[in-house]
Amino acid sequence: MSALVEVEGLVKTFGSGEAATRVLRGLSLTLQGGELTALLGPSGSGKSTLLTILGTLMKPTAGSHSMLGTDLVAADDRALTLFRNLHIGFVFQFHNLLPDFTALENVAFPTAVREGRETAAARTRGRELLARMGLAERIDFPTANLSGGQKQRVAVARALMNRPELVLADEPTGNLDRAAAMQVMALISEINRDEGTTFLISTHDEKIASLCRRQVVVGDGVVTG
Amino acid sequence: MLYGLKIALRYLTASKAQTALLVLGVAVGVFIFIFMSALIGGLAEFILSRTVGDISHVTIKAEDADPPILISPDGHVLAVVEQGRARTATLADAATWVPLIETVPGVTAVSPQITGAGFLTRGAQVAQVGVTGLEPGRESAILDLDGYMVEGTARLGSGLIVLGQTLADDLSLRLGQTLRLQSSGGVSTVLTLSGIYRTGNGMMDRSSIFVSLPTARTLFALPQGVTRIEIKLADLNAADATALRIRALTGLDAVPWTDGAEQLMEALNAQAQTGYFLKSFALITIVIGVASALLLSTYRRRPEIGIMRAMGAGRSFVVFVFVTQGALVGLLGGLSGAALGYLALLPFPTRDAFRPGTLPMDITQGSYGLAITLTVLGAILASILPARAAARVDPVTAISQ
Ligand SMILES: Nc1ncnc2c1ncn2[C@@H]1O[C@H](COP(=O)(O)OP(=O)(O)O)[C@@H](O)[C@H]1O
Ligand SMILES: [Mg+2]
Repeated sequence: MSALVEVEGLVKTFGSGEAATRVLRGLSLTLQGGELTALLGPSGSGKSTLLTILGTLMKPTAGSHSMLGTDLVAADDRALTLFRNLHIGFVFQFHNLLPDFTALENVAFPTAVREGRETAAARTRGRELLARMGLAERIDFPTANLSGGQKQRVAVARALMNRPELVLADEPTGNLDRAAAMQVMALISEINRDEGTTFLISTHDEKIASLCRRQVVVGDGVVTG
Repeated sequence: MLYGLKIALRYLTASKAQTALLVLGVAVGVFIFIFMSALIGGLAEFILSRTVGDISHVTIKAEDADPPILISPDGHVLAVVEQGRARTATLADAATWVPLIETVPGVTAVSPQITGAGFLTRGAQVAQVGVTGLEPGRESAILDLDGYMVEGTARLGSGLIVLGQTLADDLSLRLGQTLRLQSSGGVSTVLTLSGIYRTGNGMMDRSSIFVSLPTARTLFALPQGVTRIEIKLADLNAADATALRIRALTGLDAVPWTDGAEQLMEALNAQAQTGYFLKSFALITIVIGVASALLLSTYRRRPEIGIMRAMGAGRSFVVFVFVTQGALVGLLGGLSGAALGYLALLPFPTRDAFRPGTLPMDITQGSYGLAITLTVLGAILASILPARAAARVDPVTAISQ
């Protein structure tokens, strides 16, 4: 079975000259389909940087990055935009949802933006996903009126909308209390088990990491464990 | 891009007060544009109707030929026909020209005339006057004589005379009185005062008198033909073209009113330029207003733009969303500004009823369609820069802000 995601010798340098900071220093990592992986490491170790590169939102300074057999370093913005839409879901720590839209509209966004309109089929899938996240009652709520935990569950539903192979979650529970964090993690585990969706979740919370089957530790710009 | 439209609409309705203010700003610009159009257009109309409305739009004058001279082969003048009795050059075939000219498109009235100079005497008093012989029934074809009457009637007949109020006062004349008119050629006749007019033009009210064409024929010894044909048009601005047509049709020297009216045309032009200038400023204000509002909006929504880009929204989608917002603001502002402008112009008198002392606004010259079109185009133009800036937002920095 070939790997879902492969990065090798990943280097990321911010700035140049004296002020240059080398955040990733030749990092290599392989994710197999169906994995539930925690990305650990102290603050500033480069977890977010790695996730944004894996999410095709940023290109590495050097190294290779491929997913589903596609070379993503060489691809242009237009190709990456479509690739992201079809194959990658995101859950961020802050600024996750579009505040002027309802929960359902947020969830349906990834499909609607590709198809040019919000189809009935997209709304149906959005409703199902929200119901699965325990938010059946909150479907038409403006997202501004949702609690932090509810917002992150809407974000997870939206990340799953286009049935992506990979979901990247950058400290998705960082802003939540323990109970809400556990609820989000339980849902992620359930989706991973039932659908086989691959998750890579960054956290510096050992308790959260322990809920994942695999742990990857980043330090000094490389994988240390 | 139905979905882009949905997002744009949501963004506009999400901050209602801000959008309303923006639309209002655009509407005010459009309002000024329309108000200026109506004012400049109405003013031009007013000035023209005041200065040109009562005069001939195209005039055919008999060419005053040089006095015939007989010159011997060695260059000596043998004989000169003196000016005097054999004075006037004539348009001899006026009777055939007039019906022909009447068929030219845009011609609303044709008035064949005999003009000349004369002396009016009443007892011991004498006044030098300009005499115009008008065809009975066409007295008001060019100058609205009927409309200027203060006493009696403009209707001319054999043995009747109509003159200005100043002249009537100078000679202490009253309706029904008789007076003697002697032409420059020495022919004299007795006429009855049948009407007194006042145009407000001092020169005219003092020295212009009107008689019937047959009376003028006797006075100026012109058994046939006329000295002048005055033509009125439906559209003042068509005078040059119509004069050319009449010239081609008749071979006569038809002269449009614009000949010799350069100063008036220049003044009107300058006025129109001022109008364009002010209207351009109104448009520039709209463009700057929309551009700055959208720039602010794209800045405020940077994190959302980042999220949308991460979710697979292309750059062109982001551009579309913000340009659509600009276009909608332009359309809304344009429509409401045009409606406001129309409503504000309604109370002004129509162009036929301009009264001195009021602004001669012409509601029909508001350029509503042009105002709306230019506003929408301007708003789209104004939104392109902010929209492109939005599309270039880096999702990573936007989301981690
Ligand atoms: N756009 C950037 N420009 C400059 N430095 C950056 C940028 N993004 C991240 N960094 C730096 O890279 C390092 C790693 O950041 P990050 O990947 O966010 O770490 P983590 O998510 O593990 O806390 C930090 O020192 C941070 O200051
Ligand atoms: Mg981070």
